[in-house]
Amino acid sequence: MCATCGCSDHHLEHDSHHRHPHGPDDVPHVHPHKTTRTVRLEQDVLAKNDRLAERNRAWLDERGVVALNLMSSPGAGKTTLLERTLRELGREMAIGVIEGDQATVRDAERIRAAGGRVVQINTGSGCHLDADMIAAALRELDPPARSLVLIENVGNLVCPALFGLGERAKVVMMSVTEGEDKPLKYPHMFRASDVMVLTKLDLLPHLDFDKARCLEFARRINPRLEILETSAVQGRGLAAWYARLRTAVSEGLRALGAR
Amino acid sequence: MHELAISERIVAAITDRLGDARVTRVVLEVGSLSGVVPDAVRFCFDVCVQGTSLDGAALDIVTLPGRARCSSCAAESEIVDPLAVCPCGSVTLEVMSGQELRIKEVEVR
Repeated sequence: MCATCGCSDHHLEHDSHHRHPHGPDDVPHVHPHKTTRTVRLEQDVLAKNDRLAERNRAWLDERGVVALNLMSSPGAGKTTLLERTLRELGREMAIGVIEGDQATVRDAERIRAAGGRVVQINTGSGCHLDADMIAAALRELDPPARSLVLIENVGNLVCPALFGLGERAKVVMMSVTEGEDKPLKYPHMFRASDVMVLTKLDLLPHLDFDKARCLEFARRINPRLEILETSAVQGRGLAAWYARLRTAVSEGLRALGAR
Repeated sequence: MHELAISERIVAAITDRLGDARVTRVVLEVGSLSGVVPDAVRFCFDVCVQGTSLDGAALDIVTLPGRARCSSCAAESEIVDPLAVCPCGSVTLEVMSGQELRIKEVEVR
């Protein structure tokens, strides 16, 4: 807008000069106009990731493969639960693992030692896996038809909640050593998840952890959350975890059948 | 900490749509339940735009309220606290909105 005359006569070229008198005795003045225009985008910031996640989901569905996205803080026991799952369920179904860590292949080595097919992703400074990384990892993993892919996300209860990967379900894990108010402190993660696995129940006698209160908090944040209580060391609750994995795999076969 | 990745995606989404058009302002809608901290996005945005067609662009963040529907009485209410309680006493509230993270519009020169 012209500061002298307030004119908004922007039919002129961008950055052009306009020239007009402002009164009977006025000499025309000349000044540059920096015109701007507004472009409505209405675009989700994560739209591209969501599109790539959908593509991963279609790729998995075509093969009757089901992926689960396992998320937790560092040290909640994701890898330990995966190791035992591979040992006990690996003969019944093909399980591939995608390991996400900022650095090292230590977890991939543990999974391989437990008999699993594994691809390690190191995110460097990245604090979460995204759909693009998973697309590349799936091609490398090349999971057989009718199999299960367990994606162990980077240990972090914040960022992974926002980035879908093409998983059939999001699983949040938390251990009883973490404090019962974790669902309140990280509500986005607990709201985004379909399943919550409470781990390390064998440690409960040594801790001042109010399990009922923790589960109440989790249900308050997400009334639809399925909750499983486990100890990968003692084996407690693992039958229910395995049953949940079998359910996921049969959902994948239904998706394959529906195509 | 994911605000850095979010900011990178904002810049990429805009340059994907608008090429190298000079962007002077970005209006971003952030739901109050989105898990994204506006101040952290502002900080990261200024870093991410450097050397791009958004260099020096202003960032306006519009915060959108969280809304939920009660599973018992179906009443809708605004929620701020994750432990919100419906006036009817029920604690099972389904989030309906407030998780937005959207580039509403941009100003280009």
